[in-house]
Amino acid sequence: MTNGLLELFTIFVLAAFVGYEVISKVPSILHTPLMSGSNAIHGVILVGSMVVLGSAHTGAEEVLGFIAVILATLNVVGGFVVTDRMLQMFRSRQPDRPRSSGDPGAAGGSS
Amino acid sequence: MSRGTAIDLCYLVAAVGFIVALKALSSPRHARAGNLLGAAGMALAIGATFARAGLGHLALIVIAMVVGVAIGVPAARLVKMTAMPQMVAAFNGVGGGAAAVVSITEFLGTDPRTVATYKVLEVVFGVLVGSVSLSGSALAFAKLQELMSTRPITYPAQQIINAIVGLTILGFALALLVSPSTALLWVLLVLALVLGVIFVLPIGGADVPVLISLLNSFTGLAVAASGFTLNSNVLVVAGTLVGASGTLLTRMMSVAMGRSLPNILFSAFGSVVTASGSTEASGGRSVRAGTPDDVGTLLAYSRRVAIVPGYGLAVAQAQHTAKELADALMARGADVFYAIHPVAGRMPGHMNVLLAEANVPYDELKEMDEANIEMPTTDVALVVGANDTVNPAARDTPGSPIYGMPIINADQAQHVVFLKRSMRPGFAGIDNDLLYDPKTTMLFGDAKDTLQKLVTAVKRA
Repeated sequence: MTNGLLELFTIFVLAAFVGYEVISKVPSILHTPLMSGSNAIHGVILVGSMVVLGSAHTGAEEVLGFIAVILATLNVVGGFVVTDRMLQMFRSRQPDRPRSSGDPGAAGGSS
Repeated sequence: MSRGTAIDLCYLVAAVGFIVALKALSSPRHARAGNLLGAAGMALAIGATFARAGLGHLALIVIAMVVGVAIGVPAARLVKMTAMPQMVAAFNGVGGGAAAVVSITEFLGTDPRTVATYKVLEVVFGVLVGSVSLSGSALAFAKLQELMSTRPITYPAQQIINAIVGLTILGFALALLVSPSTALLWVLLVLALVLGVIFVLPIGGADVPVLISLLNSFTGLAVAASGFTLNSNVLVVAGTLVGASGTLLTRMMSVAMGRSLPNILFSAFGSVVTASGSTEASGGRSVRAGTPDDVGTLLAYSRRVAIVPGYGLAVAQAQHTAKELADALMARGADVFYAIHPVAGRMPGHMNVLLAEANVPYDELKEMDEANIEMPTTDVALVVGANDTVNPAARDTPGSPIYGMPIINADQAQHVVFLKRSMRPGFAGIDNDLLYDPKTTMLFGDAKDTLQKLVTAVKRA
């Protein structure tokens, strides 16, 4: 086992604990938005897809990398936009806020 | 500071953003800001990746992203609120697919004869879990979109067939570790896709959302595996975060349904639906069907009314009309609240989202425990398109398939009014004694129509 692997494994174990602790008490009404939000976060595979396509040498690697970037982009923008739409619905009795005109998900995909 | 260090620091900031985002998503007040923070972290991570030294094929990357955005944004924006669950399934599936493809592509670039065994293990794990998540999510999508039966699908020797596929996959995975080859990896990919399908087939109905949550955490783990393969901290952190929090969330969702996760995943195996007994028993009993005018008058002179929404409300898109009725009653001085069962509809939180769309103030929504305290002093429980979530059998009949699931105690209100399309049983496929209760009035028809008639009747009364 190399030190690089051990380092990654350390990060993995610590992140597992953080992930487990960070959402200790969630009201059931937020179960779905939370699922959708964490769904968007694993869209970070887009970073990996970009690296794979960016370092492709053969035609096969280029095709697969290209597919991966499309799929991962879908995951990122779709995940954040759907979550935002769900959460937009949670308003309290205060007067309506104007809808924000920006599109957070698109920003994530195209910057 | 070198460029590489700067990029890694950006990744660290992004990872912190993801953690804070998950934290914020757990509380109603900060949830939306949390999601935006997560998106900002993602934008930072993607921007930093563009700055990597030696990143080729920039044009291809940008084209692929534009394609993804062009499909993803309209799909996510235009989908109806009732179809949100299947969109989450779809976006989860493509994420799992991306993780599997990334792992495979990285493997193609290595020399199978010299690759370290642990590298192969990482690739095998990423491909396996990512593919299961992809095909499983696709099937869950088909079920929720009602492209196929939503009920559990069982066939003879199901357990044995699943076990054989599982063992075959294990065999191929071991073979790959001993002698790495690309061909074997493709076989493994196909088998994993099959496994995803046969894993999801026997899960149906109200259990599908819990399944999606589980597949969501699978995708997280597949992403973490890709992170190991690519030596990427940010992938390992984000993937693991989702994997761990997703597992916990899956457990919380199954607890909200009063069931254990293994029960949800495997209960359809080897069981034939046993609801026939209670259906027969209902043959001789009669129900009282009322008219909207009668019920309108009853409501108009009630002091406290509980609206208990279910999937029927979502199907009929009746949330706005329900609010109209509540407003008309409140204008007459009645106290109206919405009793929200945690798993009403097709997903936890489904009803909240729908009612919030109709601008129902957040504080009129009462969660189950809170609503049940109010129930005995409630004059009318108006059940709109819900069934299983108010079925007293879950509380009183130990033999019932839904026994133990917490319910809204609508039966404790003075009067119960059911808005239903027909006498058909709910998702769980079992009969509801409350429909036959003497204090129950049935209003058959489309929920939206009936509610509209009730609004008119209340205003006239």
